[in-house]
Amino acid sequence: MSTGGDVPAVVVDGVGMVFNEGTGGEVAALDGIDLTIRAGEFVTLIGPSGCGKSTLLRLIGDLLTPTAGGVSVFGRSAHESRTGQDYGMVFQHAGLFDWRKVQANIELPLELRGWSRSDRGARSSEMLDLVKLDEFSDHYPRQLSGGMQQRVSIARALSFEPRLLLMDEPFGALDEMTREHMQSELLRIWGETGTTVVFVTHSISEAAFLSNRVIVLSPRPGRVHSIIDVALGERTPDTREDPDFFAAATTIREALRSVGGAE
Amino acid sequence: MARVLRSVVTTALAILVIVAVWEGYKWAGQQTGGNWPGTGIELPVSTDDIIMPHVSDIAAELVSDIRDGRSTLPVSVFLLKKAWFTLQEAAIGFFLGSAVGIGLAVLMLRWRVAERGLLPWINVSQTVPLIALAPIIVTWGRNQGLPDIVCISLISTYLTFFPVAVSALRGLQSPDSAHVELMRSYAAPWRTTLFKLRLPAARPYLFPAFKIAATLSVVGAIVGEISIGTKTGLGRSILEFAQRYAVWPERLYASVIGAAVLGLFVFGMISLAERLVLRRTDEVVA
Ligand SMILES: Nc1ncnc2c1ncn2[C@@H]1O[C@H](COP(=O)(O)OP(=O)(O)OP(=O)(O)O)[C@@H](O)[C@H]1O
Ligand SMILES: [Mg+2]
Repeated sequence: MSTGGDVPAVVVDGVGMVFNEGTGGEVAALDGIDLTIRAGEFVTLIGPSGCGKSTLLRLIGDLLTPTAGGVSVFGRSAHESRTGQDYGMVFQHAGLFDWRKVQANIELPLELRGWSRSDRGARSSEMLDLVKLDEFSDHYPRQLSGGMQQRVSIARALSFEPRLLLMDEPFGALDEMTREHMQSELLRIWGETGTTVVFVTHSISEAAFLSNRVIVLSPRPGRVHSIIDVALGERTPDTREDPDFFAAATTIREALRSVGGAE
Repeated sequence: MARVLRSVVTTALAILVIVAVWEGYKWAGQQTGGNWPGTGIELPVSTDDIIMPHVSDIAAELVSDIRDGRSTLPVSVFLLKKAWFTLQEAAIGFFLGSAVGIGLAVLMLRWRVAERGLLPWINVSQTVPLIALAPIIVTWGRNQGLPDIVCISLISTYLTFFPVAVSALRGLQSPDSAHVELMRSYAAPWRTTLFKLRLPAARPYLFPAFKIAATLSVVGAIVGEISIGTKTGLGRSILEFAQRYAVWPERLYASVIGAAVLGLFVFGMISLAERLVLRRTDEVVA
């Protein structure tokens, strides 16, 4: 891969998405989306329910094809990037395979890439270490709590060092305490791996705490309403009580109000 | 271990209940001269010794001697020997039928058109009476130069592929879209998704179908033996004993018990396999 350091991670160029085009039940989900995400950035998509956040994420991940415009990822089309296995994905539900132990779940993408057993083993134990689940490598997913499952899911997504991590409300099903803990963990991992993250959330505080930039979408059809820079520096547990943090949250909240989305 | 003990105890209890009901009904019927108590209306099943021999007589029949070629052996051993042939035919039929069933399910999964085109025919195939179909399969198989054991097992195949195909299709379609999208995000080819996701996810759907199929494969083998006129097997014994039912009913009942035992045996084997294969996730549920 010979992409220079200046190539943006994601360029969304005039993207529109109409579901069921040409039938009676057309749904205009997104319209005229322009967006550039720099390599190594942590960007959050927020907006009222149904405004097209998941759709945009899935377009970037080439799980959907836009009906207008195009998406490029590290200088290649989204399709090339997906077939080139650049993506890690984490969804709201951990989506682990019940019949695989934790370690085998983490190794799944490595298996698909044809890694040798010993390489897989070495990497999965690194990842287990990273998400602090070393003791649970031999457990089945159902033996873990929701938060632990989600950490396995993150470890699985990071195991092959994807250049782009796409996360759709990954902490949506977790309680507040676990959620805050997971946010700190995610930032720590992000710091250690330097991967680019596009993160969908409903939570204002989550967006403010995690991101470099917050993209606020307005609904029907989804458009970029505003882009909010969050300059909070290194996050610590104290960040949540920092006046700058509250200021950022307030800015996001006001943007959301003006597009008609309650938290 | 406790599990094994429990199933032994429940089986023994079930047998006891059946024996008690059988003998109780017979006894009551004979008290009233074969009528409903206090009426002149006949009981639905006559309680005489031809229709309902005593359980003890059937049991005695199981240990009494029978001639098999030049040797003599107890009926139970004789039936076990016959059951061994039937089991082989049933096993071939079961494995062939399961393979065909899973293959059809994969075809239907791969090509929606195949699902729409095949499913009705698969359903229709099961409405053809076995009695009519068996001689056709057997004659066709013999014309192809297939050995009799294979011809018979083809009848089992015909019975077994159906439940397997239907359940396998449901199982292969069972993973939720998040799992399918995950595989897509890894750019996994269709075949990889089949082996890493769909087939493992289908296993809990497959085993119940395998249990039905295994039992049906025994039925198929017995019917096959009867229609092909083999010289051995449980079906052959049942046919022979049925012809002498009027004078020797205990023997037919003994062979029916043999068939039931064989059915239970294959059912048990599949349950065992299920426990071995799915144990890992079962442990979690338990
Ligand atoms: N496969 C589809 N077919 C038709 N319409 C769809 C499809 N997927 C999404 N939509 C529509 O597109 C719009 C955007 O949906 P999307 O799931 O992207 O919203 P979202 O912002 O992620 O919502 P939420 O916050 O509730 O998850 C909605 O109106 C939805 O009904
Ligand atoms: Mg969504």
